[in-house]
Amino acid sequence: MTNLVVISAGLSEESSTRMLADRLAAATRARLESGGADVSLDVIELRPLAHAIMDAMLTGFASGDLAGAIESVRRADALVAVTPVFSASYSGLFKSFFDVLEPGLIEGKPVLLGATAGTARHSLVLDHALRPLFAYLRAEPAPTAVFAATDDWGTTADGALRARIERAGHEFADRIRPGARPATPSRPRTQPQFDDTAADFADFASLLNG
Amino acid sequence: MQIGIFSVGDVTADPTTGRTPTEHERIKNTVAIAKKAEDIGLDVVALGQHHNPPFAASSPTTTLAYIAAQTERIILSTSTTLITTTDPVRIAEDYAQLQHLSDGRMDLMLGRGNTGPVYPWFGKDIREGIALAVENYALLHRLWREEDVDWQGRFRTPLQGFTATPRPLDGVAPFVWHGSIRSPEIAEQAAYYGDGFFSNHIFWPASHAQQMVELYRRRFEHYGHGLAHQAIVGLGGQFFMRPNSQDAVDEFRPYFDNAPVYGHGPSLEEFTSQTPLTVGSPQQVLERTLSFREYAGDYQRQLFLVDHAGLPLKTVLEQLDLLGEILPDMRAGFAEGRPADVPDAPTHAALVERGETREVLA
Repeated sequence: MTNLVVISAGLSEESSTRMLADRLAAATRARLESGGADVSLDVIELRPLAHAIMDAMLTGFASGDLAGAIESVRRADALVAVTPVFSASYSGLFKSFFDVLEPGLIEGKPVLLGATAGTARHSLVLDHALRPLFAYLRAEPAPTAVFAATDDWGTTADGALRARIERAGHEFADRIRPGARPATPSRPRTQPQFDDTAADFADFASLLNG
Repeated sequence: MQIGIFSVGDVTADPTTGRTPTEHERIKNTVAIAKKAEDIGLDVVALGQHHNPPFAASSPTTTLAYIAAQTERIILSTSTTLITTTDPVRIAEDYAQLQHLSDGRMDLMLGRGNTGPVYPWFGKDIREGIALAVENYALLHRLWREEDVDWQGRFRTPLQGFTATPRPLDGVAPFVWHGSIRSPEIAEQAAYYGDGFFSNHIFWPASHAQQMVELYRRRFEHYGHGLAHQAIVGLGGQFFMRPNSQDAVDEFRPYFDNAPVYGHGPSLEEFTSQTPLTVGSPQQVLERTLSFREYAGDYQRQLFLVDHAGLPLKTVLEQLDLLGEILPDMRAGFAEGRPADVPDAPTHAALVERGETREVLA
């Protein structure tokens, strides 16, 4: 079972960000399933979590539905992350969600990136804003990402949005298909810290020896 | 079971009046609160250590010694003594001095709790927080137990033939608690030494405190200090009470909404449901506090934060009066169903006795 988790930072109902996220997920899923893989899909909309995200920023702990969303991300085999462009970058809500994740939580996870904006002049935001963020978090952003400007939803011309989504989904599916890549190298340092039966538990002798 | 109060010593404006106490007022108020704590029958008063505004608490042993001179019975402790940025040699000396002056009526809680800029001011690196806590305490532990110490580590200048003075009272090192909100390494450290572990669970959900305490208990047993349920556990707590619970909510809300740590974030109602904060009637505070045992097991020390968020002295003293009224029921509640083999938190007298027993056995 490939556990695909979609994170959408769109604000309106319905939002072009969510539309792009859903289509990227569907293209990925279709390709995985055509190759015989089982896929589970979980969508995290950030807007309903907005207050909880800011609370977590201020208190240091995640509560309620946000804790559930973070747990989904922890269990994800791969992520689809899509944000609207605000003031030349990802939205503050999108960034804040990643800011409140524990360090290491998405380390090694493949991510299909997407962004939306009013005009195509923002398209490089994928490369100058999103990629550095996910590189810092040690996730694995896929080489092909998709940017959708408002105009893209009204054209079927060459290079049309659908074709770019299909290509991104196919490539991403082939990267995350079971057996296509080595197992995620290191798991996040979360629960295992409290597991004193685990091989990597930091016992006092190892603490003392630094 | 020891019940007491702990303070961080922040100088915070009262959000209902906009007035900020002077440092002098805050320091004197801290003493007044400690004396009141003894008057209402509490067992422990613990003070914080900080080295930057808005705190007026850079020298806990000075304040604690002053309180010791004006009280008879209450145990003086810290919340916390900064093991990361304070030279362990100074901790050994200062607290041994306090131990003598207070006739053993003291212990201390070590913590890393410090803001980022404070580390470099003391020549340290915040990223080494755990390593500093581990190495510094390893030295402190020896300084109280060995007269002639040769020592070399990563974080301070080496020692050759060093004797920390004064020597601990009756040759018994002060009892040490290790405090932490989220670091399992500190629970492991407390367990290794058989020291106390204090989970300051006031800012975080109970599930975190439970995870920390359970790890500490298992490791305490692992290191041979006793059974898991006999480990020495302390918990933080936080309340605001009035005889009528709605009055408590109405009065506390502006303080909550503007509190330095969690203010402008979750609502009072959300925070009370997510953390141990209880705002309501004395009966509600009593019931909530006694429920901590459901996830921490039978424990040894319960400390409440009462002087924070800009609450005026008068209000804090009223809170202590109300705590005094429910104290007998709280003690009875904690005693109920407590297994006979769960120890009390070690006092100086108990540690002296334990040392003598060991000598006889040897």
